[in-house]
This record gives sequence, structure tokens and C-alpha cells, in this order.
Amino acid sequence: MREITYAEAVREAMSEKMREDQDVFILGEDIGVYGGAFGVTRGMIEEFGPERVRNTPISESGIAGAAVGSALTGMRPILELQFSDFITIATDQIINQAAKIRYMYGGKGKVPMVLRTPAGSGTGAAAQHSQSLEVWMAHIPGLKVIQPSNAYDAKGLLISAIEDDNPVIFYEHKLLYGMKAEVPEGLYRVPIGQADIKREGKDVTVVATAIMVPKALQAAETLAKEGIQVEVIDPRTLVPLDEQTIISSVSKTGRLVVVHESVKRAGYGAEIASMIAESEAFDYLDAPIQRLGGKAVPIPYNPELEKHAVPQVEDIIQAVHATLNREGA
Amino acid sequence: MNKQVELPKAFSKERLLELAHQMWLIRYFDEKVDEFFARGLIHGTTHLCVGQEATAAGACAVLNEQDKITSTHRGHGHCIAKGADVNRMMAELFARETGYCKGKGGSMHIADVDRGNLGANGIVGGGIPIAVGSALTAKMKNLDYVTLCFFGDGASNEGSFHEGINLASVWNLPVIFFCENNQYGMSGSVKEMTNIENIGDRAAAYGIPGIVVEGNDLFAVIEATQEALERARNGGGPTLIEAKTYRWKGHSKSDAKKYRTKEEERFWRTEKDPLVFMANRLIEAGLTDEQEWENIRLQAKEEIEAAVRYAEASPQPSLDSLETDVYA
Repeated sequence: MREITYAEAVREAMSEKMREDQDVFILGEDIGVYGGAFGVTRGMIEEFGPERVRNTPISESGIAGAAVGSALTGMRPILELQFSDFITIATDQIINQAAKIRYMYGGKGKVPMVLRTPAGSGTGAAAQHSQSLEVWMAHIPGLKVIQPSNAYDAKGLLISAIEDDNPVIFYEHKLLYGMKAEVPEGLYRVPIGQADIKREGKDVTVVATAIMVPKALQAAETLAKEGIQVEVIDPRTLVPLDEQTIISSVSKTGRLVVVHESVKRAGYGAEIASMIAESEAFDYLDAPIQRLGGKAVPIPYNPELEKHAVPQVEDIIQAVHATLNREGA
Repeated sequence: MNKQVELPKAFSKERLLELAHQMWLIRYFDEKVDEFFARGLIHGTTHLCVGQEATAAGACAVLNEQDKITSTHRGHGHCIAKGADVNRMMAELFARETGYCKGKGGSMHIADVDRGNLGANGIVGGGIPIAVGSALTAKMKNLDYVTLCFFGDGASNEGSFHEGINLASVWNLPVIFFCENNQYGMSGSVKEMTNIENIGDRAAAYGIPGIVVEGNDLFAVIEATQEALERARNGGGPTLIEAKTYRWKGHSKSDAKKYRTKEEERFWRTEKDPLVFMANRLIEAGLTDEQEWENIRLQAKEEIEAAVRYAEASPQPSLDSLETDVYA
């Protein structure tokens, strides 16, 4: 099968849906002839025109609200926020409006919108353009939160997100944009709320999100040479979370490492760890859960400092070792 | 702004009396809510629009059923003027199953999406970009409805006001931005919080027409909104209307109103009551008399009493509903 990049897969999902459904359109800053800050919408305005690829003023609150209002009245907007850090400016519309409208209105009205946004560090863009804030959104009832880790999942999940009748926050890690995978042409769906076992193993479960999935797979490869079989699980969607796949894996391996790029303190790893502690998998744990996340610092500019602010492959290997050293203790 | 506006020619006598009835409904609805809060019969909070009846009724008078509105935390009048059922509104304030939001929204979130009321809003200025989105749908789907966006003087200092109006202007959307300047954002006088005479003048910053109108004169409100509506329907884009009015009650239920004087309140109540103004105009024009006006008033009052009976007799929502409707 052909291979395309993550960015191309995201673009293909949008374009294929827009060809199929006239109600789907995209709005955002510099998404027209510029093609978006990361080139994801390149070529789309040429195909769909400026009515359906709407280049907007720099008004994150305004355009987020325009997405909410158009969704509430029958459209299926895709809002591209140039950097996920800018969600801070759009949060009233996302948290107080989009997430709550259906419940507040007693089940009337729906807000079928997707907010796509590039997240994460590793580009030298420093503190205001490198954050991973997905856990904020995961905390809000009424939102769905997706973090695809490869091109295949990105396309299939984005199609599901566009077809979903709820507001969906869709995080794209910038370092994944250039990574290739086999991606089918045409519409296919990856279900929202279904985790994926990216690598099977019997010794230790590593639950990783976004850019940490390829890192965990790399760590697993190294550990396999030592005879340690790591099972790598990508939840793919934080809300809703496929708890059962993680519980089953931990019940099998008895060891859990959770790794994400966002700050460890109150990060999503805490949710996964406590979910396991509350589940039947707790009885199978042979070692304390290891939780890896970003340091509690703004993302720094210097490349070495930046790298050390978030978990790396070596950190995952060490965490896996730590769970195994506890054996029999 | 002080010139006497002619009675709207397109409105029959019956239609004008219907609007009088609607304004009385708004007044008695909020007077009743005020009373029930004071007696502890309704909980939570509420924001009353007594004294502002002409802005809600006048702005909605020119809209048709397909047209849409977004409303505010002070939104009971907008709901009634857009055709909401006062029984279901009162039931919502009583937190009952039969309320517009099945008891989950309360005073600040009444909506009737199917009939074009996209909802009240607890966030000041929150509805402005949503109205822009609704207008965008009309444009993209080639539907001929117009969206009228209510907000207050306080909201005009929010970023969403600037972002929303600019966006509507550059996209030339069929939307009317209707500012009810009731002189205070909670305790903040508009004179302290803005350094311009008219909020309507801000339209110039977005390259759209601005209209400043006497908000307690129903006919002036109708005339201004009609002009904006025609512009929107004919592809002329958005208009900013500022209607100057006054809220008789405090900001919400616990307001000692220390930030304004009794004299000022008395002036607006006695000299600028929108219902007295309307009665005088209609009687002067021979379209009604004191007896008929009184009957309209009493009828509205009774409808609100009936709404209370409906609400009181309605069931509480089931606890099973707590976790329903979070997602579609």
C-alpha cells in the first residue's frame, strides 16, 4: 500500500469528507493560499474555494464561536487553531459554550465541530508555541479528545471526528506531521474510544500517547534485545477512554508504565494510573506504576534543555527496568 | 434620537396590541420571578429585564419564525418576544422536567433551538461569535434567515464583541448586533467603563452602519431593527444597533444598588416607562383606549399566574436524567 505523511493523511481526511458532504468546511488563520502554519491545508483552497476554506482574521475567540454557531445551525465546521497554545484564547467558546450547549438546553441542539490543532514541543518554538494542554480539554464533560499517533489513525479518526455530532478536540503532534505510514485511499473510520495495541508483549504494559507512541515503540525494540517483551498501547482517544484494553493488558503483564509529553503533574497519566488502581487489574500489579511526563517547566528554547523537558526513549527504557527490578520485592 | 418616530405602517392595530400584550407578559414574568426569589420559592440566580421590555419586543417584532436570536443572561424578555411559551419558561425557573431545558439550564440558559432561539448565555459576550456562526450558516447554505444578537453595554468591552463584529463585517454576514445599553454592567456604569458617548459609534471601527436609538420607545426600536433587517436580508451585511434603556431591578437577586441613586431610578420608572410610553402613543393615535389597555394588562398578568400554576404542578426531573444529554 502507498505511504503518506501524517500531515497528508489529515488533509486527505478533510478533503474526502468535504467532497462528500457540502456541510463540512474548514476555517482558520492562514489556511488559504499559505496552506496553514504547518502546510496541512496546502492546496485545499484551490480545490474547494474560499467559501469552504475560510481564511480568518487572527481572532481565536471569534472563529471558535463562529464554528460553534455554525455547527449549532447545521454545518460541520473544522476549525484549525494554528498552535494548540492558542486554545487559551478560544476556551470560552470551547469550554463554556460548545461543551455545554446540549446539556444546558436539556438535550436540544448539537455542536458537531472539530477543533484541529498542532501541539507539542521539539521545534524550538519555546514556551508559548510548544505546550501539550490536552488534559485541560479531557477534564471537560461534553468534549471528546483525540490524539492520533500515526498517519493511518489520524485519517481514520479525523473522519470519525467530522462525522461525530459532538465537539471534538483533535491534537496533532508537530513532530508526527512528517512521519509516513500506510494509509488507504478513500473514506475509512477508526472508531472514537477504541485503544490500539501497537505492539504486543507479556512483560510490561506501556501506555503512551501522541509522539510518545513512536518513542515507546523504539524503547520496546531496544528492550526486546534484552529479552523484555513490552506491550505498547495507544489509547488514541483520551475521551472517551477505552479502559478495558488497558485493564486487560495490565492484568496480563502485571506492570504499567504511562508516558506522555504533557507535564506530569495532573497529567493524563494520573488518570490512567488511578483508573488501573481502581480496577481489577490492581490485584495483578507486581510493581508500582511508573508515570512519565514533562517536567513542570515552560518549554525552553535551547535544544538540549527542550529535549530534557519531556520524556525520551531512554527514560521509557529506565521506567520499564524500574518496574521489573521490583519483581519479587 | 429624541424625534418622535411614526407608528410602523406595516403593523396592524391587532399586531400592535399583540406587542403590548407581549411587553406586559415580559414585565409580569420578571416581576413574578422577582417575587418568587424574594420569597425563596425559586433558587439559584436570575437577571431581570423589567423596564427593558421595548428592546426585546421591538427587536423581535420584525423577525419571522426562521430568523434566529442569541440572548444573554438577562434574557427572559428575548425568549418571550421570540415566541417562547411562558409556561415552559416558568417551569424551567422552577427546575422542572417540563421546562425548556428539562430543569438543567435555569434562568441563564433558556433556549428553543427549533424555533430560532439559539439560547441565553451566562458568559457576557459569549453569544456574539455564536450569532456570527449562525449567520455564516445562512450564508453558506443560502438560507434567507437573519440572526439577531442581543448583548449588553458590558459585553461591548469584551474581546468577543470586537472579534465577532469584525468577522461578520469582513464576511458580510446577515446579522444584527443589538446592544441593549441599560447603563450598567452589574455595578459598572457605562460612563465609567467606556470613554465614548455611544456604543453604536463603535460600528465605524468595523466599517458597518451604527444606529443609536431610544430603547424604551418600541416604535423607534422597530424602525431601527427593520432597517438593519432589510440590509441583512438584501446582502448588505451587519448593523450595530445601540438601544438606550434602563434596568429597573438590580443586577441579580442580591444587589443593594449602591452604585446609583434613587432619583435616577425614579426618573426612569416615572418618565421613561416603555409601557406607559406605548399606551400613550396608541391611545393618542386612537388605536386603543384605557379600558382595552387595562384588559390587555390583566390578561397578561393572568397568563403569568397560569404559568406559575403550570410550573408548580410540573414534575421534578428524574435523577436518572443527571448523566443524559452530555453528548449527542
